Amino acid sequence: MKKNLKYNAIWLGIAVLGWVLINVFEGVGIIDQFAENTLVLIGINIILATGLNLIIGFSGQFSLGHAGFMALGAYAAALVTQAIPTEGGFVLGTVIGMLLAGVVALIIGIPTLRLKGDYLAIATMGAAEIIRIILVNLKITNGPAGLYGLPQLANWSLVYILVVVTTIFTVNFIHSRNGRAILSVREDEIAAESMGINTTKFKVAAFVFGGMTAAIGGALHANYIQTIAPNDFGIMESINILIIVVMGGIGSMTGTFAAAALLGILDMILQGFGALRMVLYSLALILIMIFRPKGLLGTWEFSVKRLFNRNKKKAKEGA
Amino acid sequence: MQILQQLINGLSLGSIYALLALGYTMVYGIIKLINFAHGDVYMLGAFWGYYMINTFHVGFWTALILSMIFCAIIGVIVEFLAYRPLRDSPRIVVLITAIGVSFLLENGMSYLFSSSPRDFPQAMVMHRYHLGSLSISNVQVLILVTSIVLMILLQLIIKRTRMGKAMRAVSVDPEAAQLIGINVDHTISFTFALGSALAGAAGVMIGLYYNSIDPLMGMTPGIKAFVAAVLGGIGLIPGAALGGFVIGLVETAVQAMGFSAFRDAAVYAILIVILIIRPAGILGKTTREKV
Amino acid sequence: MKKMKIATLAATAMMLAAVFTGCANKAGTSGNSASGDTITIGGNFELSGAAAAYGSAMQRGVKLAVTKINKDGGVKVGDKKMKLKLVTKDNKSDNASAASIATNLTTQTKASAVIGPITSGAGLAALPNMTKAKVPLITPGGTQDSLTLQKNGKVQPYMFRSCFEDSFQGKALAKYVYNTMKLKNVAILGDKSTDYAQGLIKAFKGEYKGKIVTTEYYQAGDKDFNTLLTKLKSKNYDAIFVPGYYSEAGLIIRQAREMGIDKPIVGADGFADPKLVSIAGKSNASNIYYTTHFDAKAPANNKVADYLKLYKDTYGDDAGTFDALSYDAVYMIKQAIETEKSTNSVKIAEGLAKLKNFQGVTGTITMDKYHNPQKPVIVTKLMDGTEAEATAVK
Repeated sequence: MKKNLKYNAIWLGIAVLGWVLINVFEGVGIIDQFAENTLVLIGINIILATGLNLIIGFSGQFSLGHAGFMALGAYAAALVTQAIPTEGGFVLGTVIGMLLAGVVALIIGIPTLRLKGDYLAIATMGAAEIIRIILVNLKITNGPAGLYGLPQLANWSLVYILVVVTTIFTVNFIHSRNGRAILSVREDEIAAESMGINTTKFKVAAFVFGGMTAAIGGALHANYIQTIAPNDFGIMESINILIIVVMGGIGSMTGTFAAAALLGILDMILQGFGALRMVLYSLALILIMIFRPKGLLGTWEFSVKRLFNRNKKKAKEGA
Repeated sequence: MQILQQLINGLSLGSIYALLALGYTMVYGIIKLINFAHGDVYMLGAFWGYYMINTFHVGFWTALILSMIFCAIIGVIVEFLAYRPLRDSPRIVVLITAIGVSFLLENGMSYLFSSSPRDFPQAMVMHRYHLGSLSISNVQVLILVTSIVLMILLQLIIKRTRMGKAMRAVSVDPEAAQLIGINVDHTISFTFALGSALAGAAGVMIGLYYNSIDPLMGMTPGIKAFVAAVLGGIGLIPGAALGGFVIGLVETAVQAMGFSAFRDAAVYAILIVILIIRPAGILGKTTREKV
Repeated sequence: MKKMKIATLAATAMMLAAVFTGCANKAGTSGNSASGDTITIGGNFELSGAAAAYGSAMQRGVKLAVTKINKDGGVKVGDKKMKLKLVTKDNKSDNASAASIATNLTTQTKASAVIGPITSGAGLAALPNMTKAKVPLITPGGTQDSLTLQKNGKVQPYMFRSCFEDSFQGKALAKYVYNTMKLKNVAILGDKSTDYAQGLIKAFKGEYKGKIVTTEYYQAGDKDFNTLLTKLKSKNYDAIFVPGYYSEAGLIIRQAREMGIDKPIVGADGFADPKLVSIAGKSNASNIYYTTHFDAKAPANNKVADYLKLYKDTYGDDAGTFDALSYDAVYMIKQAIETEKSTNSVKIAEGLAKLKNFQGVTGTITMDKYHNPQKPVIVTKLMDGTEAEATAVK
C-alpha cells in the first residue's frame, strides 16, 4: 500500500514537472497557440483512448460505441455551462455527464456484455448510434445544429491535469484487486468464472469506468471547441478512438499515449495537404498496422516501479 | 393497398442490403474478418461500371460482368497486400487495417474523381409494372431476383464444390486444413474474389437503380449491410439475406408509421434486442465452450 | 489505497485552483497584415469527409477568383497593387479540425482573411479562434441564423457570410408558395441530419399561412425514398417542400416522378446545382421550384454570364451555387481591402461590414448590421431540366 503511494507520488511529480516544462516552453514561445491547440486535442484523445483501452485491452471486450459516452459528457457539460458559465459549472456539468454516462453504460452493459466479440462490437455501435439519434431529435440539445457559443472553460492546463488524473485512476484501478479480476476475465473467462469471479460484474465495471472517462473527454471537447453537434459523435469518432488504442498496442497505456501523440501530430502536419490529407492518413494507418501489428509499443509499459527497482538492484550489486 | 406497396418497397430495399451483406458474411465466415472495405469495393464496382458504359459503351450485362471481374481482382489484391501480412495477428488489428483500406479507397477516389455525385448512365431502360395501385420497376425486380439467385448459388458453391469444401475446412481450422493439403492462401484469395465480385455486381445494379454514384456511397450501406449480416447470424449465407430483408422491412415499417426521424435508431434497437435474445443472430447457433 | 486517493484528489484540487486562478487572458493581438507584396487568404475547406462535395466546390470558386484577380493585376491597396496568395487546408468535414485550422491559418500562415468552412457547424467551431486572432471569416454556405450573432444578440465582429441565412430563404419560399403559386397545402420532406434543413423548416413553418399536411424526415446520404413517397402519395397536398441538398433532392425528384407524383417540388438554394438535374434525369425535373442566388436568364448584372463562361472554360463543368458564393467571397475581401486601403485583418473586417452595393455574381450585395448579405431572392422554375422562368421574391 505504502509502496503504491510512493510510485503514485513519483508519477505525480513527473506530471507536475511536465506541466511546468510546457508552461516554460509556452512562455519562451516554443509552443505557440497552434501547437497548444494540437496538445489539447491530443490530451482529449488520450483521455478517451485510455478509457477504451481499459474496456478493450484490459477487460477484453470489443466496444465500438465510445463516442456515445463522449457525447453524453459533452452535452451534459455544454448544457450546464450554458446556464452556469463558470468553472464550477464546468465541474458540475462534467460530474453530471460522468454519472449519466455511467448509468447509461450500466444499462447498455448489463444485457450486451453477455455477447461475444464482434456481436458485442456491433451492439455497442448500435447503442452509440441510438444515443446520437436521440440527440438529433431532442429539443433541449437543439437538434442537428447542436449547441454553440459555449464558454471556453477548458484550456490546456485543465486538459493536462485531467489526463494525469484519469490515467492515474485508470492505472491504479487496473492494479487493484478489482483490476486483476478484470485482467483474468480477459485472459480466460471460463477459468476466471471457475475461480469464483463474477465475470459479468467486472466486465460491466470496466465498461462503466471507461464510459465515465469518455464523458470527461467529451466535456473537455465541448468546452474547448465551444461547439458540439451530434455528428461529432458518430461511428467515425468511435473508430478514431479505436484506432488510437490498437495502434498504441492493446493493453498498453504508454502505447495509447504514444499513438495519440503520433496521430495528433500527423493530423496537424497533414492539414496542409488539401484533398490528399485523408489519403496519406489512411496509407500511414495501413503501413503502421502492417509493420507494427502489435501496436507501436506492443504491451510494453513504461513503469517507474521497474526503473526504480532496477536502480535499486544495481545499487545493491554495486555495494 | 398502401401496405402492400410498402411491403414491396421494403423488400426492394432489403434486397440491396442483402446483396451487400452476402459479401460481408462470406469473408467473415471464412477468416472471421469484418471486411470494413467491402462497402468501398461496392463503390469501386459502381465507378468501374460507370466508366465502362460511358467510355466503351458496353451494354448493361457486359458492364456487370466486367465490374465483377474488376472487383474480384481488387479484392484479391487488397487481401494480398493488406490482410495477408497480418494473418497471424489479432483480429482487431486486421479490422483496423480494413478500416484503413476503406479510408484509402474512399479518399483516393475522391481525390482522383472528385467527391461530387454523378449520374449513372441509363444502360437499361426503366419500366414500371403496375397491378392496380401497386407498382414495381424492372430494376427492382432485377435486384431482388439477383440477390436471391446469388444466395442460392453461393450456398451451392460452399456446400457442393471442392473449393467450397476447402473454404469450410479453412473456416473451421486453417492449420488442419493445411495439413490435409488445402492451399489456405488460395482458398482465402478465392473467398475474397467471390465476395468482392458480389460487391461489384451490387455496385452496378444499385448505381443503375438510384442513378447516383459518389466515392462515399459505400459508407452507410456498408455499415447497414454489416448490421444485416450480424443480425442474420454472421458467417451464414442465408442469414445475410434474411438480415438484409429484415432491416429493409424494419426501415420501411418505421418510416411508414411516421417515425422517419427515428428510422436508424429503430434498426439498432431491434438489432440489440435480437442479439440479447439470440446472441449469435437469428440463424446463428451459439456454441457452448466446453471446459 | 484510500490515502492514495485522498492524496491524488488533494493534489488535483490544488492544481485545478492554480489553473483557474493563474491563467489570465494573454494580451490581444492587432490582427494580421500582409507582409511584402502578397496578401494571404486562408482556405478552411472541407476537402475530404462527408461535406467534401460542397467543400471542393468552394475550393474551385475561391481558386478561380484568386487566379482571376491576380491576372487582372491584383488588389489595389492605396496606390500599390498587391497579389493574392491562397493557402488551403483540409478540415476533413470535422468541427474540431476546422477549429484547429482556424488557429493554423491565423497564427502560422498569418492570413489576412479566411474563407470557409462551408457548413454552419464547422464555422461555429472555427469562429472562437478567428475572433481571438481578429481575422474575418467568410462562409459561403453557413446559413444558420445565429451564426453571426453573439449570445447577447450583438453581431459577431469577425463572422460574415456570402449566402442567405435560413430564415430569410425559408420565409421567402413560404411567401412564394402561398402568394405566388397560390398553394394552400404543403407536405414537407426534410433532411433530419443537417441544421440547414432544420433552419429552413422552422422558418417555412413560421411564415407559411396554408396548411402543413405532414412532415417526414430523411438522413443525408439516403438513397431510397420510395417508402416516404408512397406515404405522401395518398395524402392530400398541393406541393412538396424539400429542404435539403441536391444529392438527395435529385433522387427524391426522380423517385417521386417515377412513382407518378407530379405535384410541384419546392426547394431552397441547396437545389441550385447542375447535378440536381443530372441525378433526377431531365424528363423528371419538371415542375421544380427553388430559390437561387443567380440566374442565367435574369442576370442581376453582366458578371453572371462571364462567370459561367469562365467556370466552364476552367473546369469543363457547369457552375453551381457554392462555387459562385465562394467566388464572391474572395471579391468581397478584395473590395474590403480596397475601400479600407489596408491589408490588416481588423480593417478588412470593418470593410466587410460596410460593404454596400457590391456587384457580385450572386447579386448586388449590401451587408446588413448582422453581417448577412442583403440581396434579392430569385425563384427558378425548372421544366424538363431547364429553367423555364425566374421570379424575384421580395
